[in-house]
Amino acid sequence: MKRFTDLFLRLDRTNKTNEKVEALKAYFLAAPDEDKIWALALFTGRRPPGVFKRGQLQEWALELAGIPEWLFRESYGSVGDLAETISLILPTSVSSNERSLHEWFRSLIKLKGASDEDKKSFLINAWRQLSPYEVFVFNKLLMGSLRIGVSQTLVIRAIGEAVGQEAAVISHRIMGKWDPLTVSFHDLIHAENSADLLSQPYPFYLAYAIEGELEDLGEANEWFAEWKWDGIRSQLIVRKGQLFTWSRGEELVTDKFPELHPLKTRVPDGTVIDGEILCFGPARNDNALRSDPLRDDRPMPFNILQTRIGRKNVTKKILTEAPVVLMAYDLLEYAGKDLRSETQQQRRSLLEIIVANAQLPMLRLSPLVDFKTWDELREAHKQSRERGAEGFMIKRKQATYQVGRKKGDWWKWKVDPLSVDAVLVYAQKGSGRRSELYTDYTFAVWEGDKLIPFAKAYSGLTDLEIKEVDRFIRQNTLEKFGPVRTVRPELVFEIGFEGINKSTRHKSGIAVRFPRMLRFRKDKPAKEADTLTNLRSILDAFE
Amino acid sequence: MSSPLLQFTSSGIFCPDAGVYIDPWKPVDRAIITHAHSDHARPGNRNYLAHKDSESILRLRLGEDISLQTVAYHEPIDINGIRFSLHPAGHIVGSAQVRVERSGEVWVASGDYKIQDDGFSGPFEVVKCNTFITESTFGLPIYKWPAQKLVMDEIRGWWQQNQVEGKASVLMGYALGKIQRLIVNLQPFIGPVFAHGAVFNVNQRLRDAGHNLPLIEFASNIEKKLFRDALILAPPSALGSLWLKRFEPYSTGYCSGWMAVRGAKNRRAIDRGFVISDHADWNDLNSTISETGAERVYVTHGFTDTFAKWLNEKGIEAHEVKTEYGDEQEENTAETIG
Repeated sequence: MKRFTDLFLRLDRTNKTNEKVEALKAYFLAAPDEDKIWALALFTGRRPPGVFKRGQLQEWALELAGIPEWLFRESYGSVGDLAETISLILPTSVSSNERSLHEWFRSLIKLKGASDEDKKSFLINAWRQLSPYEVFVFNKLLMGSLRIGVSQTLVIRAIGEAVGQEAAVISHRIMGKWDPLTVSFHDLIHAENSADLLSQPYPFYLAYAIEGELEDLGEANEWFAEWKWDGIRSQLIVRKGQLFTWSRGEELVTDKFPELHPLKTRVPDGTVIDGEILCFGPARNDNALRSDPLRDDRPMPFNILQTRIGRKNVTKKILTEAPVVLMAYDLLEYAGKDLRSETQQQRRSLLEIIVANAQLPMLRLSPLVDFKTWDELREAHKQSRERGAEGFMIKRKQATYQVGRKKGDWWKWKVDPLSVDAVLVYAQKGSGRRSELYTDYTFAVWEGDKLIPFAKAYSGLTDLEIKEVDRFIRQNTLEKFGPVRTVRPELVFEIGFEGINKSTRHKSGIAVRFPRMLRFRKDKPAKEADTLTNLRSILDAFE
Repeated sequence: MSSPLLQFTSSGIFCPDAGVYIDPWKPVDRAIITHAHSDHARPGNRNYLAHKDSESILRLRLGEDISLQTVAYHEPIDINGIRFSLHPAGHIVGSAQVRVERSGEVWVASGDYKIQDDGFSGPFEVVKCNTFITESTFGLPIYKWPAQKLVMDEIRGWWQQNQVEGKASVLMGYALGKIQRLIVNLQPFIGPVFAHGAVFNVNQRLRDAGHNLPLIEFASNIEKKLFRDALILAPPSALGSLWLKRFEPYSTGYCSGWMAVRGAKNRRAIDRGFVISDHADWNDLNSTISETGAERVYVTHGFTDTFAKWLNEKGIEAHEVKTEYGDEQEENTAETIG
């Protein structure tokens, strides 16, 4: 545990990429293999065995620290991290413990199914034997939430350097489904033949937002443009008669989307398709929509797809109300061959054949936008919203399929966000690095002389602005309710959002998507902020 | 019934019987100053009274010609039948708790205080009282200070590591208080030590006043290569300033109680946080309040509402008071030279 905690602290103490890679590399060179596989699992977001409930951890920590729950909550409000809060309130440990990372995990796994009594005494013993930093890291492991400012790319680079292997190879090997209990570090990383790992997806190629003018990209005829869909970026894999669906979060979501299962027999073996999972019709019984010519070519709003995401059981009702399709836009593997070094154009023509041959409505081809000049493309961009798209993806016809977020060949060009001017009404402290400051805000618009909250946002301000708003909040708190402060309604912000939907869950009757602060409108008094009527008219225009 | 011995007014903590304020934030006729940090010692008062060790810094910051009377700890001053005396607060050099007594009833306004003896500010003294006015800068159970020696070892280890890597070590903390504490406790130094202008000025003032501090050279007109294995002492305002450029490559360390929480460190984009504070931690706040024997407590700054609620639950009558303390911004431009 000490070695892993030291690694954690080294990573935590630097914001320099090279130092992080050095620390990781040193760990992957020195730690025993049994530890490494667990460390890798943690760094790649695999959850350790869930033995404890968060509530239990908190309850036992309170007991040991001798403080009431409300005080714990206040403390948590200042720390912004449960594992860390617990490590700070516990009495300082008196003894120490030499168990290493995998030994702890082994004991944890044994504890599964044990009585709460046994779990409690295990945990209290552990807390007593670990240093405060170790307790913190240990708690993080127990809660399965070890986010430490190290991207997967860095981990891959460090392991690559440590074992003398290309990053892309490592990246592929550690993707997909593997379990630190059954796979050894050696087999996973050094395995020369990863074909047995049938389900492995490829690392996704991600685009940056376009900078400057379209003309800077060169000739228009060197580029494809597709609609940018607002769904779940996914890879669909068919190999050896089996089908796997992966989301970009590297989550295997095959079971969540049974609609896609018939593709197993309708695309050739050894196929990997990159695309977007979206919800499409049935047409709603809405006369206004029935006369809409684009009705069948437009996905349902994202909030409908959202009903599919967190759900364990896919019921019949859900399948009829929110059926999904895969909107295909790239082909990464064909007949078992990795196509990523082929050009976009070549991959696209193969993809068109595969989609056409499949003849299934749940596999759609993401259409290319027809344009000859950049001006034509600019004109077409205006249709994004009515198409139910977020804008364009612009892809170089000669582009290979790259790993991760890269500039140059793929660009996203999103529509400008919708926006209203709203009044800050509630504030809460942030979490993580913002845990001392009030950074999470709720905004409201006017309805008559009442302010109706409609969105929460916590990004978009500069550090200086955050400080200023924080100060205002502290000096203008009308009421405290737990961690939430009601603030004198004076500050106005321009709130941008990507989408807007009706909502029965919100008092305003409206839910906005990806709200963020575009501007601190110091020039605007609260009275002149937008009204709920303004917001409703945006909703009407948008639907 | 007579009025309360001390009142909380819009100008500061006020003793109506004596016509005296303690740490007022608006200009008044007569002010007793607990210590020389800017949120407690403000300019514009007609007459000041403070501990003698506060004098040099008060004059530096508020003006050489202020009307200032100084006293030693425990030296009684009677004003209009009210007895005042100053008692060690352990916060910074010259810091004092103000004991106020009227016919056997005792109030103590403690300003800022810490219990850990830092080896320079003098040890805190518990003053028995009926009413205790306390800070609560770190009034949450997440704030518990490690032993000073451990932190100094940690700082030394960091400095040494930087020396190995050929980097300068820029260590930041309040120019008044924290830095002297570091100077005293990091000796013997393992390499050369230089000071930022603000630090240099405060140090010189204290040396001139006879305090036992070594000369720390001003980090100006120094050959760049001398910085390689050096420790540079700087105020927090140096962070992100152009002034730091001359030390490249360097690592930054920040000394503050806030460093106990990871987020606080990460937000400042510093390399290392060292948990070292001149305020009482959670355990010390609680033990001090109980040792004063106070039956009533006023909480003036910090986590006031939380801490007052906690005390009330423990059976100690406590009230939250709004004041303008707790926003220490000690570096005024005159001091931040170089």
